[in-house]
Formats: sequence, structure tokens, C-alpha cells
Amino acid sequence: MSALIIIAAITLVALFLGTRARHGHDMNLEQWAVGGRSFGTAFVFLLMAGEIYTTFTFLGGSGFAYGKGAPVYYILAYGTLAYIISYWMLPPVWRFAKQHRLVSQPHFFARKYQSPALGVLVACVGVLALVPYLVLQLKGLGIIVTTASYGAISSTAAIWIGAAVVTSYVIVSGVRGCAWNSVVKDTMILAIAVYLGVYLPIHHYGSLSEMFRAIDAAKPGFLTFPARGQSVTWFQSTVLLTALGFFMWPHTFMSVYTAREERIFRRNAMILPLYQLILLFVFFCGFAAVLKVPGLKGSDIDLSLFRLALQTFDPWFVGVIGAAGVLTALVPGSMILTTASTLLANDVYRGGLAKSADDAQVAKLARFFVPVVALVAVGFTLRGGETIVALLLMGYNFVTQLFPAMVCSLSARNRVTKQGAFCGIVAGVLVVIVTTLTHLSVAQLIPFAPDALKDVNIGFLALFVNVIVLAVVSMATQPRTQVDHEHARAH
Amino acid sequence: MSLRLLAALPFIGILLGVPFVNRTEPLVLGMPLVLAWIVMWVVLAAAIMGLVYRLDPANRLSGEADAEVRS
Repeated sequence: MSALIIIAAITLVALFLGTRARHGHDMNLEQWAVGGRSFGTAFVFLLMAGEIYTTFTFLGGSGFAYGKGAPVYYILAYGTLAYIISYWMLPPVWRFAKQHRLVSQPHFFARKYQSPALGVLVACVGVLALVPYLVLQLKGLGIIVTTASYGAISSTAAIWIGAAVVTSYVIVSGVRGCAWNSVVKDTMILAIAVYLGVYLPIHHYGSLSEMFRAIDAAKPGFLTFPARGQSVTWFQSTVLLTALGFFMWPHTFMSVYTAREERIFRRNAMILPLYQLILLFVFFCGFAAVLKVPGLKGSDIDLSLFRLALQTFDPWFVGVIGAAGVLTALVPGSMILTTASTLLANDVYRGGLAKSADDAQVAKLARFFVPVVALVAVGFTLRGGETIVALLLMGYNFVTQLFPAMVCSLSARNRVTKQGAFCGIVAGVLVVIVTTLTHLSVAQLIPFAPDALKDVNIGFLALFVNVIVLAVVSMATQPRTQVDHEHARAH
Repeated sequence: MSLRLLAALPFIGILLGVPFVNRTEPLVLGMPLVLAWIVMWVVLAAAIMGLVYRLDPANRLSGEADAEVRS
């Protein structure tokens, strides 16, 4: 019972902070979606770090360590590489967004390529990727509340309550609500992850080394990348793919716009890799569970952290962990909701259907879409059976398709045409959909490939097709004068 | 340009280095070798980006540059 009270209290605090955040701000579209471009280093830092500490890392990270072992290391690697890229990539994005008063990611593409159609396409891809991401948060929420309440609240009820809380404060405060809740969430998760990661191995095994030795003895090879399947090649390709896709998430892209000045990104590029190390402690929790709560299979691996916590701690502390977990679902969930509804209202509706709609109408419509998106996600959550990491990797494969067109648009003389960008993204997304639905892998596709190549993340195929189509179509649709110029250079 | 070369090091260390250290033993700071290797590069990445931030003229001048743009 005490666990439940703590979780309920934290949920109320989140609701209170979230709805209060609008005070003193007139909630027009720019305020609602990008906080009036007024956030300093700390808030931008937290919004971006919000990507790192979601239920994905808390439950998915520990679950993946528990279920698969070494492949979980990829989570630590890809963010680091993404932050290095961000040092050079984000400042020009921010400058362009400020200059054109952009509020969303599709807006960026539409302006850069002078093509409203491209904006609509990017918005659709974004929503397509955000829905599994939101499903993942709600799924985690269900797991946490059911486990921490010792079964008193069903996971279905928890998902409905969580969705209702997020929906209400997002409608009222938009991104400002997310920023304030991020502060509470990150403080809590930081303290708890470090504590658990240090305490669990020592309590159950004596020390960190003894834990890893025991695991290595019981399951040889579990702590290194296997020769096949999620091998070193899988690691390399997945890290590279997700590092490129990292800032292509519509909500991460939008959090770039909230910054007050561009140096913030460069400063964050040095701090964020270190901040990521907290994940290490989450891995330790998952590894600690390997020998202590054996036997979880399939999507149940996501439960491992909580099962171990139940065995180890008093109910009130399970409640504290549960409350932190609830926040890791609610805060990113609210950012995703804000983003998805902005995309639908600003980019699909205004960009594609009613070009003359004014900001007030769009802002109203965006708020209307919040509960709609939430309902769709709840629907999928109650039906699906994928593990948390599998859901995330699918979303990543979608958003990564935006990377080639986006990076080319930053160069001073962009040779990619709007047709090229459009066709490339469509081709890439189609490949992702087909391979996801048919569960194809590179090994099945090219059976004669050398072993090392077979484990390449299938997302690479999509990215490859995307780039080829983008290049070919851009060449075919090159404006006349530029083609001549290119000829002259070639000779 | 040399700053970008510096920033490429973590990519090389993480993406190309891992095949050579894919072992459990010896444990480093209690962690399997391959995990410790990745952790080391995360820390180095932060250090390298700190250095890049220091050396990059964009950060030294951007305060003044901003003021010019505004005026």
C-alpha cells in the first residue's frame, strides 16, 4: 500500500508542476511548442537528456542487459557519437529555425527545400515513428505501476491513468510543462539509478567484479558480443545508424529550437556524454538480475529490474523506484505528445490542407490532437507484445531516413532537389515497413554474404536505398544551369 | 578541420576498436573488458569535446559576433 501512495503522490506532483508551468506565459503556438525560444543551457540540456532517461533506458536498458547481455552496450555508445555530431550539426539548424521562426521539424524541411509537400511527408514519417515510441513509454508505465503496486492496479488501468495525466498537462502547458517535469525526473532517476547500480551488485554478489565473474561462469560468452546474431557487426551498424538518427526524432529536433543561443549545443556536446554514464548503473541492475530472477522470457525481460527490486527492498522503497519509473514514462511521453500533435496540426493540416490557417487556429487544433494521439497509442499498447528495445529500434529506422536529406540541406550549395529528397525518404520508409512486417534480415536477403555482413542492421539497407534514390532523382531533376556547371567541373 | 579529426577519434575507437577488445577478461574496474573499453571512450569523448570547445574560435568570438548581428 505504501508503494502505491508514493507513486500516486509523484503523479500528482507531475500534474501540478506540468499545469502550473504556463503561468506568466501567453500560450501561443510558439510558446506552446518551443517555449518561445527562451530556454538556457540547463533546460535545453534536460530536454535533450530526456531522450536518454526514458522508460526505454530504465526498463528496456536493464531488461536488454538481462535478456541479451553484451548487446546492451550499444546504448552507451550511440548517444556519445550523436553528441559529437551535434556539435557541428545543431548550430546551423538552430540559426535557420530562428531566422524563419520555425516551430517544427517538417517546417524545416519544407523551408529548406521550398516544398510544402516534403513538409507533409516528413510530418507523416515523424508521427509514424513517434507512435511506437509513445507506445513504449505507456507499456513501461503499465509494467511499473502493476509491479510496484503488487498487482493492486492492473496494467490496463495504469496505462489509462498515465495517458490521462500526460494529456491534461500537455494541453495546458505544452513544452513548458515537459521542461519542469524533466527537472524532477532527472534528479530522481539519477539518484535511484546510481544507488541501485551500486547497491544491487554488492548486496547480491559482494562486488561488481564478483558479479561479472559469476555471470561469466554461469553463462559463458554472455558478457561479450556473440559470433552470430547480435554480433560485433550488429553493434557497429546499429550504433552508427542510431547515432545518425538520434537528432532526427521530431521531438529532439524541436527541443533544439527551444535554445536561446547556439553555444548551448556546443557546451552540451561535452557534458552530455558524461551524463550518459548513468546508464552504466542501469546495466548493472539488469546484470544483477540475471542470476537472481532467472527465467523471464520474451517481452517479460523488461520486468527484470522490478522483479529484483521486489526481492530486495521494502515496499516503500519499491514505491520510490516505481515513482521514478512513472516519471521516466510521463515526461518523455508528454514531449512526444506535444510533438506529434504539433506535427499533425501545423504541418499536416496547415502545411497540406489549409494553407491560410492562422497561428491561433493551429494552436487550438494542436491541443485537440493531443487526446487523439494519446488514444491511438493506448490502443496499440493494449494490443502489442514487442519488447521495449524492439519498438525503439523500429522507430529509429523510420526517423533515420530523414538524415540524408537533412544533412545535405545544411551545405551551402545543396545539390539535392526537393524531388530527390522526397523520393529518397519514401523509398527508405517503404523498405523499413516491408522488412519490419516480414521480419526480413540481411542474412535472408543475401544468403551468400560473408558471415560478418549478415548481421548488419537491416536499417542500413533502407538508408542505402534512400541515398541511392535521393542521388539518382536529384541528378535527373537538377535545374538546367547547375547541370551545365557540373559538366564543366567533371571535364 | 583538425578539430573534426580530433572528434573522429571516438568514432574510430568505438566502431573499429570493439572487434579487438571483445573479451570479458581481464575485468577493468570490475567491468568486462569490452564494456570498460566503451566506457573509456565515452569519457574520452567528453574530454575531446571539451578541448574542441576551448580551441574552436567560434566559441571565443560568438559573443561579439552575436552582438554585431543584433546591432
